[in-house]
Formats: sequence, structure tokens, C-alpha cells
Amino acid sequence: MANFSTNEFRPGLKVMLDGDPCSILENDYVKPGKGQAFNRVKLRNLKTARVLEKTFKSGETLEAADVMDTEMQYLYNDGDFWCFMEPDTFEQHQATENAVGDALQWLSEQDMCVVTLYNGAPLSVTPPNHVELAIVETDPGLRGDTAQGGNKPAKLSTGAVVKVPLFLDEGDVIRVDTRTGEYQGRATTK
Amino acid sequence: MNDWQPGTTLDSLRQRGRILSELRSFFQQRNVLEVDVPVLATTSVTDRNIDSIATLVGSCGESAGFLQTSPEYFMKRLLAAGSGDIFCLGKAFRHGEAGIRHNPEFTLLEWYRCGWDEHQLMAELGELISELIPAVSIEKHRYADLFIEHLELDPHQADLASLQEIAVKHGSDAWSNESRANCLDLLFSLVIEPRLADGLVLVYDYPACQAALSRCYVDSQERSVSRRFEAFLNRVELANGYFELTDGQEQLNRFYMDQQARKIAGKPLMAIDQNLLAALESGLPECSGVALGVDRLLMQIEGAACLDKVMPFSWGRC
Repeated sequence: MANFSTNEFRPGLKVMLDGDPCSILENDYVKPGKGQAFNRVKLRNLKTARVLEKTFKSGETLEAADVMDTEMQYLYNDGDFWCFMEPDTFEQHQATENAVGDALQWLSEQDMCVVTLYNGAPLSVTPPNHVELAIVETDPGLRGDTAQGGNKPAKLSTGAVVKVPLFLDEGDVIRVDTRTGEYQGRATTK
Repeated sequence: MNDWQPGTTLDSLRQRGRILSELRSFFQQRNVLEVDVPVLATTSVTDRNIDSIATLVGSCGESAGFLQTSPEYFMKRLLAAGSGDIFCLGKAFRHGEAGIRHNPEFTLLEWYRCGWDEHQLMAELGELISELIPAVSIEKHRYADLFIEHLELDPHQADLASLQEIAVKHGSDAWSNESRANCLDLLFSLVIEPRLADGLVLVYDYPACQAALSRCYVDSQERSVSRRFEAFLNRVELANGYFELTDGQEQLNRFYMDQQARKIAGKPLMAIDQNLLAALESGLPECSGVALGVDRLLMQIEGAACLDKVMPFSWGRC
């Protein structure tokens, strides 16, 4: 793989650091007036999702990580692995529970999502920013209570639990922001 | 696409115009002469950590030219020619410097006061900043005192191995073989700078290994100290000043050391500016000088997070 120098570090660039693939979040060029330049770099370790801060001398290089974000369709879970398919090539990839991580609670079969491949194998899965899911379990709805504040937990078809307004019932389909886990409104389609 | 548009708001553009004229009137009221010196010359600085932008100048055949990294050498030639107190408000250029607080082309205010030492000049810098930012707080610290306070380390006397060890701890393994000056710079930037107070903080008595173009002396504790100072505004490096070295021979030795360091670092060698040396030989008056980054000053006045917000067109838009 190619090497990237500190002056090529851009947010989103994927590099290898201490044997792990990392995504660069921020790159701050620091140079004392008469002194040597260096770079303070914030990176996310793509395996552990931990954010770390590192100081590099300007001009130091890191090896590029063989990491690719690919849009795939979630097919099914066979008990051990979660299976995803590239829609263009029909190539299938098996992701471990570790790789699927939190995305698990938002994914319904057939959903499109972004699978990050590292050396050709799924490293992580990012669900769509918004999903529409049916409520499978919640306290009965309070009729007419549409204006008051207040909410209750609701379990969705994928297993996620989100807070929803009191008037919603089991079977209602709602829209959720997967990045925050917040209820966005009733689904407009389906 | 909106790429043609400036990075600044119109308010910020007006603010810049106002500050430039306030800077000029500050010096005019004090009878400091504005000088307009070249930004393009056949030589440039030999500094180990400052790289000049090279270009070709064609008049009778093409010869090398360099965009100046500061007006310092031309201003010193004027001082040696008897100009008296002078200031220059213009552009300076540095190769490879781009970031939140760096731009390869920037606006620099530099001024010299004849017969003044660095403490008198620091006081004037404080007065200038107070005019632009009323009620700004001003603190003054010895470089060594800050190291002792924040790192429990005497930057003048600590041995190189222990400096490297601490630099590795705060930076990375890449500092295990670095020079004294580079380790100190790293520690100052990473550990001390973020802990400086709000307002203007003047730091003086730099270690001799970072003297640059300032004169050095041996203090009461037998430490070799340079008469260089830096100013920080809200923890951002703003200005760098010296009680100027006037000894031509000492200046030549430092140029040689710079060239040696550039050679080791694999950087292009820079010819020594013989005109500057000749000016020092003929006699530079005792003086102090300071250079201040005007774009960074505007950043602090406006509370902007990056230079792009206060420059009409930063490098990314040029």
C-alpha cells in the first residue's frame, strides 16, 4: 500500500497505526515560529472505535490502510454471522457480531447499509442514518394525547428500544435517527 | 460552486482595514517611519526550520529569487544605513506552512526601536495590543519559570537525554533523537502553551539554543540565556522579538550552524546574505525588533477559530 505524509492527512483518510486501521478525524499543523513543525492528529481506531491523539513530526508517513466503505444489502443472520451482499456483483460477505456491533439493533433484512471492508473482510457496519421500523412492544397508546410532552419506551422489530410519544401503539411504524437513537416521527411510507 | 467567495465576512474585511490603519497610526504618532522593503530577493534566511519559496526571476537570463520570510534583513540594512526607528507592514511568505493558524502568505508587522532593549520593546508591544483590545490582561514570564512551573524542569540546565525522555512521553518516539531546541519547542507547544493565561503573555529569556538572531548572555546562575522573547495572545503565538545581535562575526557563525543543520536535515542549502553581514560590519545600532502576525491578531480580536475566517482569501481559496 501507499504511504501518506502528514501534509496529506485529511479527515476520512484511512491509515495504519500500531497495526490497526484508523480513520483520521483531525490534523492540526503546529509550528512554533522558529521551531520544527509537527502535526497533532486525532484518529479513530476502526477496530475498537476509540479516538486517540498522536503527535507526528511534519513529513512523517503512515501506511495507507486497505479499508473501503462499500454499500451493501443486509441479507440474513445465520446464527453466527451476518450476511451482506454487494448489489452490483452479488458478492457476499460474512460479518462477525463484533463487526456488526451496534448496527445490529437497526438492521432489517433487505436494508442497504455501509460495510467497511478491511483487507477484504467486514470490519464495521454503518446502518442508514434513518430507518423506519414497526413497534412490537409498548404500553397502550393514550388516545388524544398528541400535544402533551412525555414519552415511553417502545421495542422495535429489530430489537432496538427507543423513546416514543405516548399516543403510539404496537404496530405503528416510526422513523428513527440511528446516529442518536431518537424518534423522528411516524413513518410516511410503508 | 461558491469557491470564488472570500473566507471573511464583510464585517471582518472592514475590521481588517480598520486594524491596518490603527497599526499605522500607532507608529506614526510615535515617529516610527514606515518602510516598504522588497519581498523578492536573491537570497533569503538560512533558518533551519523556516523554508523560503523559491522562484525564477528573468531579466538578463533567469536567476533564482526567493520570497522573503520576513522583512528583517532589509530592515536591518536600513537601520545600519541610519534610518532610525522603522516599521514595516507587509507580506511575508513561508514554504510549506498551511493550517488553522498558518498560511504560506501572511501579513507581518515588524518594527525596530534604536537604543531599546527587549523589555522596553515588550512594554511597547503591550501598549499596542492594549490600544486594539482595551482592558487586555498582560502577563510576563521567564521561559525557565514556565518550564519549572508546568514541567518541573530547568530548560537551560536539564541534560539532553532527560529532555528527550519527556518529549517522547508527551509527543511520540520520533523525539527520542531530537535536538535540545526541538524537544523544548515540542514541550512548550504541547504542555505550556495550552496552560498560558488569557490575554497577552510575554515570555522572555529563551534558551541560548533558540537564540536565532538575538544576543545571548550568561545569567546569575551561570545559565546561557538568549535575549529573545515571544508574545502569546489567548495561547496563540503572536510575535517574536529580540534584543538584536549586532556582532557580524557571531552572526556569521550562526549562519554556518544553520547551514550545517539544513545539510543534516537534507534541506536545500541557502546562501548567506552577504549584504546583511556587510551591514552588521559597518555597524548596526543597538536596537530591539519584533515581528507580529497580523492575521493571527485579527483571529484573536474576532474570536475566529481559523485564519481562513479573517483572511479575504486563504491559500485554500487562491
